[in-house]
Amino acid sequence: MTDLSRDSLADGLARVVGAPVKDLARLSGGASRETWSFSASGRRLILQRQRSGDIRDMGVEANVLRAAHTAGVRVPELLANGTADSPIGSSFMVLSHVDGETIARKILRDDTFVHARQVLVGDLAAALARLHSIDPSNIAGLPATDQVAQYRTTLDDLNTSLDQAHPTFELAFRWLEANRPESARRSLVHGDFRLGNVMVGPDGLRAVLDWELAHVGDPMEDLGWLCVRAWRFGSSSPVAGVGSYEQLIAAYEHESGLSVDPDLVRWWEVLGTLKWGIMCMIQTSSHLLGLARSHELAAIGRRVCENEYDLFLALDGRWEGLGVR
Amino acid sequence: MSELHDVPSAAQLVEAVREWLERDVLTSTTGRVQFHTRVAMNVLAMVERELALGPDQRAAHAARLADLGVADDKELAKAIREGRLDDRMSDVVAAVRASVVDKLRVANPGYFESR
Repeated sequence: MTDLSRDSLADGLARVVGAPVKDLARLSGGASRETWSFSASGRRLILQRQRSGDIRDMGVEANVLRAAHTAGVRVPELLANGTADSPIGSSFMVLSHVDGETIARKILRDDTFVHARQVLVGDLAAALARLHSIDPSNIAGLPATDQVAQYRTTLDDLNTSLDQAHPTFELAFRWLEANRPESARRSLVHGDFRLGNVMVGPDGLRAVLDWELAHVGDPMEDLGWLCVRAWRFGSSSPVAGVGSYEQLIAAYEHESGLSVDPDLVRWWEVLGTLKWGIMCMIQTSSHLLGLARSHELAAIGRRVCENEYDLFLALDGRWEGLGVR
Repeated sequence: MSELHDVPSAAQLVEAVREWLERDVLTSTTGRVQFHTRVAMNVLAMVERELALGPDQRAAHAARLADLGVADDKELAKAIREGRLDDRMSDVVAAVRASVVDKLRVANPGYFESR
């Protein structure tokens, strides 16, 4: 990004927040959005904006953040948001800055977070119980897609474009279909609830971030995703690398007053592991199909077998439904 | 097997480049370039493992597929999806699992211990 466009971004931001903008600095840029830090009126703030050309609207995410804040979930405060015809020139949100750490390996290993690691499972369970209590029908524009069907289509498209097949993923889809829960609660689901997407301080959870995948679904999806092996970042503890299944379920039941079926959490963990494998295929396909040539993205293709191995670990002793003795 | 090419072998060539990355590039870079140097070293180590283990793994994979009556992973995936191997599900799970273990032995053998 050139200084000129940064200056014009600062001008647009100043008009949005109604005060001069200082110390505007780019923090990170994903494939679809950019994050900037700045200060205005003596306050440290965060700008998140959709990449130019990306037509996705942050309006739904802003609605979700407002609802979460009202429900008492720890989230950054939403100060402003707007669409592409705003002075920012793309869909955006201005959020309060929250101090802390998002990098999982630091949270799991640094001495600063010794106490945080003790309380984190309880904090995460409490945040989930609270966000799952939100009535999704009050949030305009929230998607409600069938995850199995969605990732089935994604995998079929990838298998075609990469000219390959994954027997493990087919076994996992068969298992998911054979063991699919009959009825489930419907609630707001965060959709990407894990270390990396939460702000953690020495005292524990400070804020739940990255709500862009929020949707209507079974709340157990968030619990299962939190147990996916990739999100343990090398730690041996199954829940976010800091706790046990029993701790998570007990804390969630205590906070929500609802009972949790461990098999349902496991079903969502299996689907989550499969989803992450498919997401890794998407990353390697962007190299192979020439969208972004990178040996790092190329190497991710060979790490899909880690997800396959994780699926076998998650399904050990659970193949009965498919006639496996 | 008689070799057409002179020494070094393909594996030895890749090894030499990987050693250079580790010895010279890694120590004279920082940040993003250093991170990508580590990624490159890991990629080359993976290629070395595939060159060493590949022939035996390919034979074992072919034997597993033949036992299930399919030609390749695409046929196997299709058969699993369509339920055509449901009467041999235990064999299928064992065979697919063995293939995954072999893939991981090349891609990231450290992964087995990281649980």
